[in-house]
Amino acid sequence: MSRKTAAAARPLSPHLQIYRLIPTMLMSIVHRITGGALYFGTLLLAWWLIAAATSEHAFDIANAFFGSWLGRLILLGYTWALLHHLLGGIRHLIWDTGSWMGKETSTRLARATIIGSVVLTLLVWIAGYAARGAF
Amino acid sequence: MVALTLPKNSKVGQGKTWPKPEGATNLREYRVYRWSPDDGENPSIDTYYVDMDDCGPMVLDALLWIKNKIDPTLTLRRSCREGVCGSCAMNIDGTNTLACTKGADEISGAVKIYPLPHMPVVKDLVPDLTVPYTQLTTIQPYLQTVSPPPQKEWLQSHEDREKLDGLYECILCFCCQTSCPSYWWNGDRYLGPAVLLQAYRWLIDSRDEATGERLDNLEDPFRLYRCHTIMNCTQSCPKGLNPAKAIAEIKKMMVERRV
Repeated sequence: MSRKTAAAARPLSPHLQIYRLIPTMLMSIVHRITGGALYFGTLLLAWWLIAAATSEHAFDIANAFFGSWLGRLILLGYTWALLHHLLGGIRHLIWDTGSWMGKETSTRLARATIIGSVVLTLLVWIAGYAARGAF
Repeated sequence: MVALTLPKNSKVGQGKTWPKPEGATNLREYRVYRWSPDDGENPSIDTYYVDMDDCGPMVLDALLWIKNKIDPTLTLRRSCREGVCGSCAMNIDGTNTLACTKGADEISGAVKIYPLPHMPVVKDLVPDLTVPYTQLTTIQPYLQTVSPPPQKEWLQSHEDREKLDGLYECILCFCCQTSCPSYWWNGDRYLGPAVLLQAYRWLIDSRDEATGERLDNLEDPFRLYRCHTIMNCTQSCPKGLNPAKAIAEIKKMMVERRV
């Protein structure tokens, strides 16, 4: 036996630092991050609506920001976060029923979340630009 | 609580690189977590070179080869060497599994080995599992009845017996338990996947008559509902069981008994 009080001195084994980032775990983390990002995105939406209700000038300022390259980049990110969180929510809804929880199936579902969110984001933006007559 | 980094006394440093065995041509690099309670040092990673022509195919074979031929102080738990006892559970190549059933050829590059994650370390690859064992006792993992005992055994139909398949095989190695980030952050209050799989094993046993009490005991924001379906448990189980599904079924039982 060690002379010290070993229990108190025991180190904590490494966890997040060494665990392999498998798709299901990664999508769980991204689901949380996108959930947090949506708070920020909702503030932008609120700003846009409040500006619309305030004055034409305020609305022009908001629109100018959202129309700038930076604004569009943020909106692109918001679109992706929203769609990713939506698909993640559907994935969790499926899992809550006890379905598609197998080792391979759950991994496929996690992969589908990230691929689906990117594809849907592109579709939304292509549709948005098409609606504005960009093509 | 969520703590993404390790406490000061747990930070892992660079350890010793042991000399390569002489004359060996088929070498495999092993990087193994080391910590001793006797020297007051922080944990470190030692590097060993294993002669694969002189060693069995499994990671456990390599660890025992190291212990026998290079460094007898390397400390680990092992017993059955065939995936039945659950003693040699550890983190190999980034996931929790049993060293005895993990083939070295399944891993590319250097083989990195750590104790089960987010546990107090007794020595090297030996974690202190007191907390999960205590948590197991709280779900009372044994048959409970109020009916008068039958003359012989408690009978069960084939269909009811089949419901225990995928649950009774659990060897309590705690690979799933210590793979779960929710358990890392709330292991003092969340029961964790291994213990909840055991709880479900008794909840759906047709012979058990304490289902209501068992559900009452689990109806808690932490004990059961800290499961956020991260799915690390199911991905890591070396016996191919599905703790995440067992937990989902418990959550469904909670809902069903209310409607």
